Amino acid sequence: MEVSNTLRIALRALARNKMRSALTMLGIVIGVSAVIAMVAVGQGAEKQVQQQIQSFGTNTVMISAGSPAKRPGGARQGFWAVKTLVLEDMEAIQREVPLIAKCAPGTMSSQQVVFRNQNWYTRLMGTTGDYLAVRDWPLQAGNMFGDDEVRGAQNVAVLGKTVADILFVGEEPVGQTIRIRNLPFQVIGVLAPKGQSPMGDDQDDRIYVPYTTLQKKISGQDWLQFLSCTAVSREASVAAVPQITALLRERHRIRPGEDDDFQVRTQSEVADLAEQTSRVMTLLLGSIASISLLVGGIGIMNIMLVSVTERTREIGIRMAVGATEMDIQRQFLVEAVTLSLLGGTIGIVLGTAASGLISGFLGWPVAVSIQAIIVAALFSAGVGIFFGYYPARQAARLDPIEALRYE
Amino acid sequence: MQSSNHRVITLQDLHKVYDLGEVKVPALRGVNLSVERGEFVAIMGASGSGKSTMMNIIGCLDRPTSGRYYLDGQDVSELTSAERAQIRNRKIGFIFQQFNLLSRTSALENVELPMLYAGVPSEKRHGLARAALELVGLADRSDHHPSQLSGGQQQRVAIARALVNQPSILLADEPTGNLDSRTSSEIMELLELLNRQQGLLVVLVTHEADIAAHARRVVFMRDGLILRDLALSGDRHQKLEALHHIMAEVEEELTQARN
Repeated sequence: MEVSNTLRIALRALARNKMRSALTMLGIVIGVSAVIAMVAVGQGAEKQVQQQIQSFGTNTVMISAGSPAKRPGGARQGFWAVKTLVLEDMEAIQREVPLIAKCAPGTMSSQQVVFRNQNWYTRLMGTTGDYLAVRDWPLQAGNMFGDDEVRGAQNVAVLGKTVADILFVGEEPVGQTIRIRNLPFQVIGVLAPKGQSPMGDDQDDRIYVPYTTLQKKISGQDWLQFLSCTAVSREASVAAVPQITALLRERHRIRPGEDDDFQVRTQSEVADLAEQTSRVMTLLLGSIASISLLVGGIGIMNIMLVSVTERTREIGIRMAVGATEMDIQRQFLVEAVTLSLLGGTIGIVLGTAASGLISGFLGWPVAVSIQAIIVAALFSAGVGIFFGYYPARQAARLDPIEALRYE
Repeated sequence: MQSSNHRVITLQDLHKVYDLGEVKVPALRGVNLSVERGEFVAIMGASGSGKSTMMNIIGCLDRPTSGRYYLDGQDVSELTSAERAQIRNRKIGFIFQQFNLLSRTSALENVELPMLYAGVPSEKRHGLARAALELVGLADRSDHHPSQLSGGQQQRVAIARALVNQPSILLADEPTGNLDSRTSSEIMELLELLNRQQGLLVVLVTHEADIAAHARRVVFMRDGLILRDLALSGDRHQKLEALHHIMAEVEEELTQARN
């Protein structure tokens, strides 16, 4: 029999019991829309995590002073206590580790910052002009300081977005002068907002000054707290870790068996972990939602079995006039698949709408992916075939003589 | 056997045993029968005589346990289910006591049903179905659903459906069992007409003598065997008399056998 006729018979059979067909479809509708919405929420979270990671730069290699490992004396060497990381280390890395493309030093100090009657307690970071390139961080206004300002230890500052917004209410920060520890600093630039770091702190709540200025005029320290480097690729960032470790151990004269006085971390590890976590979440949400799709499928099977029993005589008549087992099986299978596909289509529409509502009302990031829609469509067709097969088989295996006699 | 091209049905030593697990019930115990084109055969017998079983085998709804069944010269006794479906579709038209039309489906679509499974394109299907309805005098009822038709009209639709694929055999299983006597004779006259005018082979299963009297040959069955197989001739009255005579004879034999 032609496919179009099979489809027509199926549609008519479904139209005959509109209420029943609609309720059966509802199971699939709920299942599919739940899958779409849940996966959208999960993938939205995944995307947000990825953006956060990218905001930090996936190729980034962080070298910080101090190590979490215990020293022989028993005291931990903290981030601030270790004075061995110096600018020459950075130069050595740039010279001897070709996997590293660029480095910028980092030294921190928390200070009160004043502009007219506004003040804010924030973190100062001393670095070089390369820092923005390492972090792939654009400016919103003005300029970054360069080598001249660093060499001359000039009092110039580039503000993070949060600081700029707090200190300068309705005023253009670039060109103004702020005071840090009673020293005047000229604001030469404002950075574009970057948001939270993967560790959750506000990366925009910073002020960047030349590291020379910070060391000489504010902190009085001549060592660095960290080096921020970028490797040529994400893979290179991982490969560079042992090379940097070996180089720094040699430079710091650490004997074999002794612990490092520094720590080398890549963003890649953090990224992998975060991505994995959010992927697991997507999977979890998706599989919970899939259970409702499964329940919808069982609903289809149930109704199809009822339908086969109810229509035993019809099956007998069709067989008597020449329908083969295959014809009958196909007819019932097409009915089940029509139910599930129709339900699936409605579910896709509802699920996409629900995702929109979730992002609109709850402000959660959602991402409805084409893949999720295709998978949902295929899955609902699959549910129809899987749960329709058994009832269709039952129908096809009826004995025509018995079926014709059925009351 | 297949030598005569007029021979449509040939049954050779047909046995059918129903296996009910512990007991085996023989329904046919060696039936031989041959029917030619243009015949009108009534199969009579009490319930349990095997006439329904034979009917199902002739209609390719069932297979014999042993023996041969040739239909239009083709051995159909061991066909697969799909092959039998095709035979039913092309060579056999059924009419039933219960009419067995699809409910909530128009007369026209009911008549089209066999052509749907034969793969006839829709244009041609509509035309042929209309022609078949016209043949049974229901051209103006083609859009009616079975529930909107009288019993006699429903049976006419069923006849149109049975004929639409131009079968070799029209199998009528108690076709008047659900009809009043006037409608019954109308239906039987229609079958007679089709038989006479188109040479349609009609095999009729009935237990009523006045229905069987429309046939020109009668086969009596009992206990899975053919007891009598003879021609009926003359007018309706004479045929009926002959039938009553045979039935009395058969009854007599039965009583004697019991004693």
